[in-house]
Amino acid sequence: MARAASTKLAARGEPWLWLIGGALALGIAMILGFLALIVINGAAAFWPRPIELVTLVEGRSFAGEPARVEAGRRLYRVGNFDLYGDDFRWIRDADIARIERPSDLLLIERLEWGVFIGRVVSPASSAGDLASAHAAARKRLAAIRALEQGGLGRVNREMEEARLALRKIELASGKESAAHRAAQAEHDRRLGAARAEYDRLAAAIARLKAEDAKDGVVLADSAGREKKVPLSTLVRFHAPNAIGLGGKLAVYAARWWEFLSEEPREANTEGGVLPAIFGTVAMTLILAVIVAPFGVITALYLREYAKQGRLVSVVRVSVNNLAGVPSIVYGVFGLGFFAYLVGAGIDALFFPERLPNPTFGTGGILWSSLTLALLTVPVVIVATEEALAAVPRSMREGSLACGASKWQTIRFVVLPRALPGIMTGLILAMARGAGEVAPLMLVGVVKLAPDLPIDGVFPYLHLERSFMHLGFHVFDVGFQSRNAEAGKPMVFVTVLLLMSLIAALNAVAIIARNRLRRRFAGGQF
Amino acid sequence: MSAAPPPIDKTVTHAKKGEQGVALDIAGFNLWYSAKAHALRDVSLAIERGLVTALIGPSGCGKSTLLRSLNRMNDLIDGLRVEGCVLFQGEDIYAPGTDVIALRKRMGMVFQKPNPFPMSITENVVYPLRVDGVRDRRVLAEVCEKALVAAALWDEVKDRLDESALGLSGGQQQRLCIARAIAGDPEVLLMDEPCSALDPIATAKIEELIDELRGRYSIVIVTHNMQQAARVSDNTAFMYLGRLVEYGDTETMFTAPKLRHTLDYVTGRFG
Repeated sequence: MARAASTKLAARGEPWLWLIGGALALGIAMILGFLALIVINGAAAFWPRPIELVTLVEGRSFAGEPARVEAGRRLYRVGNFDLYGDDFRWIRDADIARIERPSDLLLIERLEWGVFIGRVVSPASSAGDLASAHAAARKRLAAIRALEQGGLGRVNREMEEARLALRKIELASGKESAAHRAAQAEHDRRLGAARAEYDRLAAAIARLKAEDAKDGVVLADSAGREKKVPLSTLVRFHAPNAIGLGGKLAVYAARWWEFLSEEPREANTEGGVLPAIFGTVAMTLILAVIVAPFGVITALYLREYAKQGRLVSVVRVSVNNLAGVPSIVYGVFGLGFFAYLVGAGIDALFFPERLPNPTFGTGGILWSSLTLALLTVPVVIVATEEALAAVPRSMREGSLACGASKWQTIRFVVLPRALPGIMTGLILAMARGAGEVAPLMLVGVVKLAPDLPIDGVFPYLHLERSFMHLGFHVFDVGFQSRNAEAGKPMVFVTVLLLMSLIAALNAVAIIARNRLRRRFAGGQF
Repeated sequence: MSAAPPPIDKTVTHAKKGEQGVALDIAGFNLWYSAKAHALRDVSLAIERGLVTALIGPSGCGKSTLLRSLNRMNDLIDGLRVEGCVLFQGEDIYAPGTDVIALRKRMGMVFQKPNPFPMSITENVVYPLRVDGVRDRRVLAEVCEKALVAAALWDEVKDRLDESALGLSGGQQQRLCIARAIAGDPEVLLMDEPCSALDPIATAKIEELIDELRGRYSIVIVTHNMQQAARVSDNTAFMYLGRLVEYGDTETMFTAPKLRHTLDYVTGRFG
């Protein structure tokens, strides 16, 4: 039979190539679109926008920052929640008579009640004077904060410690014993000293606060309605229609800096996310520290020591299936097992004097990290097993032939050679863990954590504390806050930050892995 | 090319010529990879001390298996079963309770493909000492230099001892593996087709090296290359289908073997 003179299209495989290439292009387009959406919305959220003075056909007028335009209507962020009872206002295009951009309108960001759009009525001093008075007022507020958080916090801790010391003695030797009476005396002495200190601090704070209250500023909206607020509650103000590019950049940078370095306020829709950044990074690092040894040791045993039989196959399949369990299930397990069983046990053993207030017997960063470690350990196990299996048999034989024991072979030859692959697994596990939110909501993440898990108070690392997390912050700001419209830009900014953070953590791990790879896997024979 | 002759079930052994005695005495050795795979059948062979013994035979005849039985590398295989004994300095290495790790320390092994570890050149060479817990840098440097000189690699690598061994050429890597094998000061050197992955120039260097190591170590080398066996070895063992067919000094084996079968193989008429 004569063979075909020309090759058929199907035999060449081009249609498949188109299909494969098209699928890849679609995938890349989706990822790029997603990234673009996040980056554009996130990066634009803090850019100062102009303020428009809108005069309606019926005669009324208001000032606002244009937020969104839809067919036939537009949304303005009018601010002044304390005056209007609303942050945003929809206006039909047909109702608008005139739009102006007066250069004297200010956008004032406040600690309370959100932004104010209007003018400063009094003190009717020059802008420079107002700025310096504002700086002084802010400094005073910072001093009050420092006294409240540092000074009063220390006194409160001292009181709590005194109470716990007494309670400990009471639990150990019973009430009305000699030891208890001595402890009671000591407790009263400490409490008295602490109370005196408290009164002194409270007086200082009250003095500063009184001064602060006097230093008021009267604001007026575009229609002239006035409102008096303490000067110190203004975060920053600028006239968006008057400042140039330099001024806008300064505002933009200041807002980013506030976002990255401050604590949240106004139910998380304003202020910064520093505690959430801190919590996310700390949890991910603790997770990595826990998951790496567990995963690697398990994989080592499974691959190198266990007799490859039915039992090991079952274990392996089970491990792989663990990766497919819904993450909320891990949350339930973490809460039930770690917090309520292990944690309660720890409390009963080591912190009985604090009961009924739980120490470890409730959600915390340690339990969160452990829960996520469980969730991500299959990833590390699978990656490590594959890395171990990829170490050439000839290398193991070479080591054994040199008189190395099996353990020495693993320790000196197999593990170093498999390290880049193990690191890959760890990177994947960290990326998965850092982005996981659902289980954390059960085992330790909170909307607002008063204290960071690491601080300057002994023992510095407080693994029992609950913490904030960027992923949960996104959920909270976007879907749990009073004002979804106000939270929207924050959602994008926080998502952008979370992604950057995970990318940065991964970049560090990838660089480390590539250095190892260069060292351990040069020219392959 | 004539058809392969039928299997022969009796070994023909020539008179011994070594003066230093026997390094390894293999007696009635049988090995099964599984119940059905009888890889070595009743092999008896005395490896003479200080000489080079070549194992030749067609693929699958069991020469590598025999070599790997000498330092019990076959132990890694599941379901392996052996019978008979291998006497090393009068002790059966297959006796129960034998310290296999200690045994392997007394035998260096070089593999078909160079298998340097992902470490520096020095670390590769002194690996047997590191395994023994030797930490003294002076001792390690001394051993490293001695082994590399013995393996004829010192001049080529002395300026880059701390660089990765994986950057060496194939021939250099193989000589590095030989240096590693002799760094632990073994008594026996086992070589499993050490030149099969190398080019002719690298092969010539290895052969030269084997010639220099003669006398210091008892060398057992598996090779597919008749000329190589003829060039480097003192004794040659011809194996076929798991049996040792004929064993004697190399010159006789290649010029006037006692069996027709051996002659056919060494002259390339089958195999």
